Amino acid sequence: MTALESASQIKAHFGDLISEPAEFRGEITIQLADAERIADVCAAAKKDLGFDFLVDISSLDNYGEDPRWTLVYHLRRLADSCELRIKTNVSEEKSELPTVISVWLTANWHEREIYDMMGIRFRGHPDLRRILMWEGYPYFPLRKDFPLAGKPSEVPDVAFTKPAPLEGGPFVTAPGGKDAIEREPRVRTPEN
Amino acid sequence: MPEVHDIQFKEPAAQAASAVEELQDMQGEKMVLNMGPSHPATHGVLRIVLELDGEIITKASPDVGYLHRGDEKIAENMTYTQFIPYTDRLDYLAPLANNVAYALAVEKLLGIEKNLPPRCQYIRVMCCELARISSHLLGLGAFGLDLGAVTVFLLTFTEREKIYNLAEALSGARFTTSYTRIGGVSRDTPPGWCAAVRKFLNEVVVNISEMETLLTRNKIWMDRTRDVGVISKADAIDYGLSGPNLRGSGMDYDLRKVQPYLCYRDLQFDVPVGSVGDCYDRYLVRMEEMRQSVRILHQCLDKIPGGFDNQTREPVNVADGKIVLPPKDKVMSGMEELIHQFMLVTQGMNVPPGEIYFGHENPKGELGFYINSRGGGTPYRMKIRSPSFVNLSILSHLLPGHMMSDITAILGSLDFVMGECDR
Repeated sequence: MTALESASQIKAHFGDLISEPAEFRGEITIQLADAERIADVCAAAKKDLGFDFLVDISSLDNYGEDPRWTLVYHLRRLADSCELRIKTNVSEEKSELPTVISVWLTANWHEREIYDMMGIRFRGHPDLRRILMWEGYPYFPLRKDFPLAGKPSEVPDVAFTKPAPLEGGPFVTAPGGKDAIEREPRVRTPEN
Repeated sequence: MPEVHDIQFKEPAAQAASAVEELQDMQGEKMVLNMGPSHPATHGVLRIVLELDGEIITKASPDVGYLHRGDEKIAENMTYTQFIPYTDRLDYLAPLANNVAYALAVEKLLGIEKNLPPRCQYIRVMCCELARISSHLLGLGAFGLDLGAVTVFLLTFTEREKIYNLAEALSGARFTTSYTRIGGVSRDTPPGWCAAVRKFLNEVVVNISEMETLLTRNKIWMDRTRDVGVISKADAIDYGLSGPNLRGSGMDYDLRKVQPYLCYRDLQFDVPVGSVGDCYDRYLVRMEEMRQSVRILHQCLDKIPGGFDNQTREPVNVADGKIVLPPKDKVMSGMEELIHQFMLVTQGMNVPPGEIYFGHENPKGELGFYINSRGGGTPYRMKIRSPSFVNLSILSHLLPGHMMSDITAILGSLDFVMGECDR
């Protein structure tokens, strides 16, 4: 069964909740309208269609758009190495959706990472703690409104962090952003 | 923008108090032991909080993130080409393979992966397989060292030194190679390099055999690794393990076979698969993978278009001035090349909007890049699916029930790198 046929079967099962499969570079993506049903869709994909391997869960911050968050699930069927991507949106006010740990145990750390980096919570997760940042860190660093240089924060009883000077660091080339003179204090002439 | 969080973090003092309470509840029968983040057996900065009943582990909670550098955030703020050096620092034991994985992911997004010149594909496969041998050599060397087999460590490091010399001749750097470019490689193989690879292959097989005589039928080695850290096939799949750890558990799954990229389709090799899923099986799988890599490399050297020193001047980059930097002499004389050079350096290549995931069979497992582009020269979001991160997530399930001293065997056999785990 190809990825497209699998996607059509999921659509037949869940009806209007699932968008028409989209194809880009040979990869099939379906969009789930209601994030609350993600665990059901994933469970059905695993049980009925044999998607036994969760490759990855990613998160997107559509900053300035509504809904703000997009969750991206990469499913794989090991038997024929067929892959399927399921995307679903979550609003910023809610910032919550059900966990898929009951379907694949590997979701545990992926969901913790998304909570840590983006601040999206997974309902029913048994151990939703930060994973890469330390417990008590106040920000969600992969959000688009978090600056690349970082923000000052405390590491309890150990140390503190400061924004990075970015000297010789990443050469920021975001289109439409500030130009090099605005951005880089070292090239400013004294008059400015 | 309001910050959304309703999870209350405990004060450190309150945390300590509750930990003491928990300890008293155990009535002295169990103890909590902190292992790492700086411990020789954790191969980097992995911390594991263990709960012990005598010498038996009853609970283990791994704590990662000590090497977190925010690579995904950094990637959003630079052009695709500028991120290549950061990929060296993911799995820093196999930088050449990471370079190839990243370049292939961006090329998939651009839709040019089928246009790669054959010589470039062969060079890249050779890079991947050299990186695989290098990574497995270190993994097995450190694994042996942790279990007391110091000789193996010395043997593997002697061989790794030769691979570093090859990497230096190829890219100019021993460690942080940054060898690939989007649409090709930074330079063709230098004169004599292919012959040096052939010489190395003939030497390394001798040493692999010697390592095997030291370990495979060694009573101490077998006692320490057999039936220790058994991962069932179902668990391996459920926890998303990949690479040698998945194959060690009996799952015949290798991305080079099932989703062939580059020229792997034209190359003959076997995929070793374990039967029990214990540390010994994972060791055997890695040992055999090195032999298969040698086999692949020999075929590459036989088949590489243009021959050893590229007498026929085969291209190593795609012929697209909007993706690959033009030759320097043309930049100084041609208008079109000058414009291409200028645009590529200041804005990066123009990548179409869209999203792709590309999984690469790295030495440690499946290294995947999910790239979400909204057009332009920088990714909107790049997620790195790192095999070490996923492979380590099984620890809290795997360790309980084992002896304290088995941890070194289990960690060594899982063969992870924290630079990649924490990103």
